[in-house]
Amino acid sequence: MEQLLQQIASGLASGAIYACVALALVMIFTATEHLNFAQGEMAMFSTYLCWQLLQWGLGFWTALAIAAGLSFIIGVLIERIILRPLQGASALSVVVVFIGLLAIFHSMAGAIWSHTIKTFPSPFPEVAFAGSGIIGAHQIGMVAVTILMLSALFAFFRFTTLGLAMRAAAQNPTSARLVGVNVDWMLALGWGLAAAIGAVAGAMVAPVVYLEPNMMSSILLYGFAGALVGGISSPGGAVFGGFLVGVLENLVAYFGNLTEKMFGVYIIGNGEKLSVALIIVITILTLKPAGLFGHVITKRV
Amino acid sequence: MTAILEVEGLKAFYGASEALHGVGFTLQQGGITTILGANGAGKTTTLRALVGMVRREGRILFDGKPINGLSTEAIARLGVAHVPEGRGTFTGLSVDENLRIAAYTRSDKAAMRDDLERVFGYFPRLKERIGQQAGTLSGGEQQMLAIARALMLRPRLMLLDEPSFGLAPLIVQEIFRIMRLINSEAKVSVLLVEQNAALALNLATEAYVLETGNVVMSGRAEDVKNDEGIRRSYLGY
Repeated sequence: MEQLLQQIASGLASGAIYACVALALVMIFTATEHLNFAQGEMAMFSTYLCWQLLQWGLGFWTALAIAAGLSFIIGVLIERIILRPLQGASALSVVVVFIGLLAIFHSMAGAIWSHTIKTFPSPFPEVAFAGSGIIGAHQIGMVAVTILMLSALFAFFRFTTLGLAMRAAAQNPTSARLVGVNVDWMLALGWGLAAAIGAVAGAMVAPVVYLEPNMMSSILLYGFAGALVGGISSPGGAVFGGFLVGVLENLVAYFGNLTEKMFGVYIIGNGEKLSVALIIVITILTLKPAGLFGHVITKRV
Repeated sequence: MTAILEVEGLKAFYGASEALHGVGFTLQQGGITTILGANGAGKTTTLRALVGMVRREGRILFDGKPINGLSTEAIARLGVAHVPEGRGTFTGLSVDENLRIAAYTRSDKAAMRDDLERVFGYFPRLKERIGQQAGTLSGGEQQMLAIARALMLRPRLMLLDEPSFGLAPLIVQEIFRIMRLINSEAKVSVLLVEQNAALALNLATEAYVLETGNVVMSGRAEDVKNDEGIRRSYLGY
């Protein structure tokens, strides 16, 4: 029983990271209808930036804030310089650009900081918590930080005029222009925010998965699964989906191990965790393409 | 009377094909002008070209200043509110948010609140539905919301594209009655595009008739209405 709780708790912790990645994907998707495959690598690059700042002796939170700020600027620049000229280009061209970005960030990180695995410090104290053994300090901190960030984001979109303008621009760019919203800048801002979210997610998960250029590749897949489960057009759904996928992958592995112990048959285990994400992606796409909270987009032709 | 909008040699393009072939007209300050014509005459395109939603050439003077080089959002900020065909409400946002979005361009929050009250004065039904998602409103209410949102920009000129489209006659009458009020009370000049020529000519002071991308006739709405020849050949009623 305690082991089960442990698995759920650590599933929530990794789910928090998936939720962030899913939200970053959804933010760009709702505004542009493109899925940013480079989202994970951008987050990885941001994490390296944070690591570099830590190496230069900055405190963890200062380093993270600066790294998130830099990532925001990088995100804005990518939109303005690389994607703006592609407005109206076919989906395929955009996909190729995303894959190109992925490769660029990947090899840039490797070239600057080498491919060797680095440890990344956790900002949370190594104390055992009450009811300990179930969840580690870093895991609690991870969940707390991401929930804090997600709440701040939701408040921003819900209660500020700029947030409202960004939602309006994503939903109906033509009408947004007609009420004076500069849609192009809203898109760039969305890219910046998504990149900053990635920076925080990267710095939170790096102490667990260690810092290396491949650190985000499987996480992006989980985040993608989370976004699909919740509905690729629903930010709230994406966050929920991220947490759900985190818990689900651990539970599948847990029950897989359990059956192996009880019946001596190996069906599924830790090794197949990533397959779970892929199975979720395929299942959702075939059975309920709009996801749990998404809505079917109908277009007049 | 001074002109609020002067248009000369306006051409508009969809891709490589030219949809307007040098349209020219003048809008008087405080007046209601209507552009009439059959399907495909270029009425909607004219409005789109004015606010830069399609590629255009020609001279457009708003208040004596050229706006033909400006972006759609910049033109909106100058006080030209376009209520597009199909209404263009933000269906996923609430009625309140649809109206507040106009605040993005404005810094005078107190005046905003006054404007909101004034808009609700014109459209009390919107106040009843303030928290509702715009997509769940009826067609008539969505049209009202679209006009209300345009009003929140404090426009000096409002462009209306087919406000009667798909609505019951009673609702259309109501909307036209309010448009007359908005024109006289709020001193908003109006450029109205309508299929329903009889309706439009009753509201308007000036009229232009378009045919395949050219102005073929213009004059006082009264005269156009009473000219049987024009009515028969261009307006079909």
